[in-house]
Amino acid sequence: MATGEALLQLPFTVNKGEVAIMLEFVQQLVNGLSLGAIYALIALGYTMVYGIIMLINFAHGDIMMVGAFVGFYSITLLGTNIVMAMIFAMIACAVLGVVIEKVAYRPLRGSTRIAALITAIGMSLFLEYMTIFLLGPQQKVFPHSAFPLKEYNAMGLLITNKDIFIIVSAVVLMIILQYIIKMTKTGKAMRAVSVDREAAVLMGISVDKTISITFAIGSALAAAAGVMVGVYYNTINPLMGIIPGLKAFVAAVLGGIGIVPGAMVGGFVMGILETFVSGYGSSLYRDAVAFGVLILILLIKPTGLFGKDTGEKV
Amino acid sequence: MRKGVLKRLSVLVLMVFVLGIAVGCGGGAQNAGDEDKGGEIKVGLNVELSGGVASYGTNCRDGAMLAIEEINAAGGVLGKQLNPIVRDCKSLADEAMSVSAALVDEGIVAQIGPLVSGNVQGSTPVMMDNGIPLIAPAATAPNVTVDEKTGETLNSIFRVCFIDPFQGTLMAEFAADNLGAKTAAIYKDASTDYGKGLAEYFKKTFEAKGGTIVAEEGFVKDDRDFKAALTRIRGKNPDFIYVPGYYQEVAPLVKQARELGITAPMGGGDGWDSPDMVSVATAPNLNNTYFTNHYSSQDKDPKIVAFVEAYKAKYNKEPDAFAALGYDAVQLLAQAIKDANSAEPAAITEALAKIKDFEGITGKMTIDEQHNPVKAGVIIEFKDGNQVMNTRIQP
Repeated sequence: MATGEALLQLPFTVNKGEVAIMLEFVQQLVNGLSLGAIYALIALGYTMVYGIIMLINFAHGDIMMVGAFVGFYSITLLGTNIVMAMIFAMIACAVLGVVIEKVAYRPLRGSTRIAALITAIGMSLFLEYMTIFLLGPQQKVFPHSAFPLKEYNAMGLLITNKDIFIIVSAVVLMIILQYIIKMTKTGKAMRAVSVDREAAVLMGISVDKTISITFAIGSALAAAAGVMVGVYYNTINPLMGIIPGLKAFVAAVLGGIGIVPGAMVGGFVMGILETFVSGYGSSLYRDAVAFGVLILILLIKPTGLFGKDTGEKV
Repeated sequence: MRKGVLKRLSVLVLMVFVLGIAVGCGGGAQNAGDEDKGGEIKVGLNVELSGGVASYGTNCRDGAMLAIEEINAAGGVLGKQLNPIVRDCKSLADEAMSVSAALVDEGIVAQIGPLVSGNVQGSTPVMMDNGIPLIAPAATAPNVTVDEKTGETLNSIFRVCFIDPFQGTLMAEFAADNLGAKTAAIYKDASTDYGKGLAEYFKKTFEAKGGTIVAEEGFVKDDRDFKAALTRIRGKNPDFIYVPGYYQEVAPLVKQARELGITAPMGGGDGWDSPDMVSVATAPNLNNTYFTNHYSSQDKDPKIVAFVEAYKAKYNKEPDAFAALGYDAVQLLAQAIKDANSAEPAAITEALAKIKDFEGITGKMTIDEQHNPVKAGVIIEFKDGNQVMNTRIQP
């Protein structure tokens, strides 16, 4: 084991067993952060859309799937590198998000929330089975050459360039998002519409345009997550969006739906929680414990970790 | 829901139909078939020649027909020629049932097929009601030969393949005896009977051989992230890791294990048998991994070499496991007819239940009290992305 050599490099004395335990803990943390970064990116789209039009966009996970496929084809057919593939996927899904909003959700904006919700579920199924119809149900293998694996061994701790790629690009995207929301005029408009749509109209904000931009940004983030899933797990398939979509939705609720920093934290909490339950409890109870904790948090704080007690949401 | 009602309805219609025939012909319909014509024994082949699993049925038929041809060329069984009646069940359980009814009507003494467990179960009531033996070539679900409610063995239903969980036993023997593993971790597909069954049998056998299971983890269908549990397994440093599951999950799992620096040998069941294993997990990561299967066409056993050559000469393709199992099903039936010294369905059924040390292409088999063969399996190894036969395990 590499722990033996690691022992020599440490400036202080600890016994071998403790080092192994510490290393495993940090390794699990890295595993959890990578998984959490993906959840967080998807959760952002859920929470942004909910924040602005109170709609749970169940098609969001499937937009991620479309993003993964766009990335896949831009690598295999156009021969682009991974960064270009991600940019292509983000652009394609931004357009797709806007189109979906225009075609499916905008006509229902005045109707009941349940009608819009059902439409979202319909849109989700439409995207899944349209992809199966067009590309077949088989899984596709993300080309290994698109992202050659490099491993860094730091005193027995194994970190791959994939982990670094996912965590770094997720953080960069989140910083850009925060900048857009807090510092730009568009962001100001988004926040205004989310607080009070009627008042925003009176202030001369184009609600339609703002909602379109929200869908575009949310979908682009999902597309980035989709390409990451492709890179990280190597296979993509038309139904790949369902489970991560659901978990990201849970992450968004956990953080407080409609609240952007909440989705980020919720995503990471979800990823780390799952990893630690598998790593220190039992993988057999992973989802049961992860969702049990979720229920517990919501019982104690129904608005989620970052929610304000308005007594209105969820 | 609707399917269940439909099935029950069709059973009812069928029972009325069969009853009608029995009454109409004065009960002599079946006996007339084999006794009066003297020179031939009718064997029904109820297989999937179209629909979802058409390739299974087609290859099985080809294997079975080769066996029949060889038997007839050697003078038949009890001096009578085997006369195959081939029918397509279209990969549907309901169709399998009506095909069986038609075959019974034509006076078969036994039926080979269908291939898939669900379709065998469709055909089962007809065979049971008429007391005609059914030999399933490849149905691996444990409940095919036993009544799930009462736990009783279904009188007329037999098979020549081992049941799914048995693969766990084979791999445990291989890990302990051939790889010399003292400790093992299990990381199973906890969402399927397949994964759970294989894991259970593996554990039982491995522990019986004096080994220790140091970790037992599970994943569910569509999982893509296995790193947490793998990191935990890595900490336990097992000699062998058993991963019973299907290739969709297993391929990324093996890859992530190797990326985490786990070098221990890994193994699984026939769910690993897919070209996607290599394309997803990549060839270097798959080195030192093994899976169990019914048979390998690379086997150097002279009997298998002869079979592979004859099959290739006749059909110009490599015989897969279904072809070999189809061949064995016919040979087993011929053996039972010889043992019984009669081509009466009841006598054949009795003889089938007593089969001992029958030498098939897919191994030496003995039929146990649940009508499952106790038989050998092969271990296939991934070597630089190719599937190579490693060894044959006879429990």
